[in-house]
Amino acid sequence: MDLLWIFLGSIFVNNIIFARFLGCCPFLGVSTKTETAKGMGVAVIFVLVMAAIMTWIAYYKVLAPLGLEYLYTLSFILIIAALVQFVELVLKKINPVLYKSLGIFLPLITTNCAVLGVSVINMNEGYGLVSSIVNALGSSIGFLLAIVLMAGVREQIDRNTNIPRCLRGLPIGLITAGLMSIAFMGFSGMIK
Amino acid sequence: MISFSGVFYPTVVMGVLGLVFGALLAFASIKFFVMTDERVSKIREILPGANCGGCGYPGCDGYSDGIVNGGAKTNLCAAGGPSLAEGIARIMGIEGEASVPKMAFLKCKGTPDISVRNARYDGIGDCRSAVIVPSGSPNSCPFGCVGLGTCAKVCSFGAISMAGGLALIDHNICVGCGACVSICPKAVLALVPVSSNIQVICGSKWKGPDVKRVCKAGCIGCGICARTCKAGAITVEGNLARIDPNRCTNCGDCAAKCPVKCIECVVLKDDEEKKIA
Repeated sequence: MDLLWIFLGSIFVNNIIFARFLGCCPFLGVSTKTETAKGMGVAVIFVLVMAAIMTWIAYYKVLAPLGLEYLYTLSFILIIAALVQFVELVLKKINPVLYKSLGIFLPLITTNCAVLGVSVINMNEGYGLVSSIVNALGSSIGFLLAIVLMAGVREQIDRNTNIPRCLRGLPIGLITAGLMSIAFMGFSGMIK
Repeated sequence: MISFSGVFYPTVVMGVLGLVFGALLAFASIKFFVMTDERVSKIREILPGANCGGCGYPGCDGYSDGIVNGGAKTNLCAAGGPSLAEGIARIMGIEGEASVPKMAFLKCKGTPDISVRNARYDGIGDCRSAVIVPSGSPNSCPFGCVGLGTCAKVCSFGAISMAGGLALIDHNICVGCGACVSICPKAVLALVPVSSNIQVICGSKWKGPDVKRVCKAGCIGCGICARTCKAGAITVEGNLARIDPNRCTNCGDCAAKCPVKCIECVVLKDDEEKKIA
């Protein structure tokens, strides 16, 4: 049951973008078309889950036994960056179709704070390996949900010529993001 | 106080981690090395780089990859024209096929004084949004140009401007990529061969009397052009005249006889051989 609450909570209540404000850069940068937004979201799911597993192993099996917990930021960044590069190389060889659909998004996620953020949240909450994976999966699905919704709204906004010139593009995008965030606040408190 | 182990262990751990990942990536880059064809990057260099998608591939990168690995034809890039097709063929080491240069063409003459305006549209200023609304198009002809300029916005080359409620295509700039043709919700734009100078400037499939009610310059399907044409290039299908560009001799007889003047001589590009005196 706990796992279900972690999963649902990370999608809606603690949505990584609307509640935690992590990963806002790709959220605004890659949300002009629904298709690319989907690609980005799927790539984030992939990387986030992999990173959660790797960082959990690194933290509990390498850093903690040696009493070097304070090195987590440094080593997490190293692990995530190396992991993404490695996955990219392997995908290119093994599954060119998946590589093509994720291709350009994978390097973009390397330094995405959402990936580091979720790993750190897993650690701070004291999640076990399974809970970490579930939290990572939920968070990344929350990201997919947020970016696809945003892209859908922005596609409509871009057609509208009634928007004042000074607000077109990114400014109206930021206002939209703020409004969506307020909407998502309606979920807060539903799951403790 | 700084202890020896307090400095030593972190240094070793981070060093080892870095080494392990470095070695892993070095190993992966050799083990999972993928040969890339250098012709792909060579073709990519000579393509225009506008990423208009007119070739049917996702951008110039996709097209260059498609030529080398997907067996795509060398003459699909409308923006580059025949000289580019030749260049690609040279890189690929094959005999190229000449491309027929095409251009976007608006099949509508419905300015406000010619076609009846039946509604004022104040919604989102985009043709794709306007056509969803019942009679959302200011133009009462359901086949006519909506005139909100979605094609002008989508043109990567800036060849389309809006004039008198119609899309005005600058044929000196248009490269025939077809981006406007695919985005137009009314399908009132078409790609036509540059060499054809006689065009039917209407897309209405309505019967004559219905056309007359909404537009002064719409094709009524009378068939005078088909009877006039000596080359037999014109047929009337579904109340609309259609000219076969392969048989049309650009004589202009049909344009002279057309009662509503929806067939016209238009010079798409200043091509001396094909120009009508």
